[in-house]
Amino acid sequence: MSTPALRFAHDPAFGPPEAAHRAISGHGSGGPAPKRIVVGYGFWIFLLSDVIMFSAFFAAYAVLFKNTAAGPSAHELFDLHNTAVQTACLLASTFTCGMASLAVGQRNQKWTQLALLATGLLGLAFIVLEIREFSGFVVRGAGPGRSAFLSSFFTLVGCHGVHVSAGLLWLGTMMAQFYAKGFRQDIRHRFLCFSLFWHALDIIWVAIFSLVYLVGSLPPELLP
Amino acid sequence: MSDDLDYDAGSYVGEDRLADGGLPGEQHTLRREVRGYLLGLALAVGLTIASFWVVGTDGIYRPGLAVAILVLAVAQMGIHLVFFLHITTAPDNANNILALAFGVLIVFLVVFGSLWVMSHMNHNMMPMDQLMQMQR
Repeated sequence: MSTPALRFAHDPAFGPPEAAHRAISGHGSGGPAPKRIVVGYGFWIFLLSDVIMFSAFFAAYAVLFKNTAAGPSAHELFDLHNTAVQTACLLASTFTCGMASLAVGQRNQKWTQLALLATGLLGLAFIVLEIREFSGFVVRGAGPGRSAFLSSFFTLVGCHGVHVSAGLLWLGTMMAQFYAKGFRQDIRHRFLCFSLFWHALDIIWVAIFSLVYLVGSLPPELLP
Repeated sequence: MSDDLDYDAGSYVGEDRLADGGLPGEQHTLRREVRGYLLGLALAVGLTIASFWVVGTDGIYRPGLAVAILVLAVAQMGIHLVFFLHITTAPDNANNILALAFGVLIVFLVVFGSLWVMSHMNHNMMPMDQLMQMQR
């Protein structure tokens, strides 16, 4: 009758199970946290480790920023119009992803699929713009092999691009799972992880467009 | 049985909510959440426009531009954390906050530690042309 995870909730000291569940305080009372909280927390830890990996790439980029080996510098290379459109795409897709999670909360299949489709298309537009930018650099002789600066640039921004691409694949599987299996609990937990992943990617993009593109496009005499 | 005690997927990492609200004000909750996302979007768009505007303007002290961009970026990350990832100061969110604080500490150590150490090494290194002379 009682699930193991909730056995403390039957202790009269904590009142009826639902009340105990609502009253989780984070101070060890109310029994073990529900699975959704544990899943979210575990994935949050993974995301933070991912952020730490990105911070190492950011550090490498910052250290190697001036080592252009007489090749093109950031100031000469970056096109901020492209970056602005990319930023708009990713910010809009993070918003539609939030709308998708609200639709999942309402168990609304149509809006879930529409919001996820919008998220995916905006993410795809972001990736297409990034590939176009990268191939433009390579054509101009500013590929990753040109200088230490460009190596670290392609590693950092490319790593984010790979994350977004992997996120797009994950998004496709989430749409298929909601369509085929409905709003089952385990699938909603997977979707919780996906939405956290997608929002975290936008946070990393904020750091990239600000510290790589905007600061990089400042005239060199303004940089420390 | 287990579905009665289940929670909304949402994108909530911390806040506790019963599935389907279970309360009469369900539509109100939805409207409030949509408004929360819209507010977050508006703030993020505003900060993004501000940081792109700052690069092209002569209105502020030019040598401070890099710092201004950094500050705007940190502010926008905070907006994303609060409005999209729902990291709050609520007591049931303490674990998420503590993990975040530790992550930020490590990021700070990695980035500023690298910059600090490498700037000293650059400073102490012989200029490249002299180094080439010695290797000849």
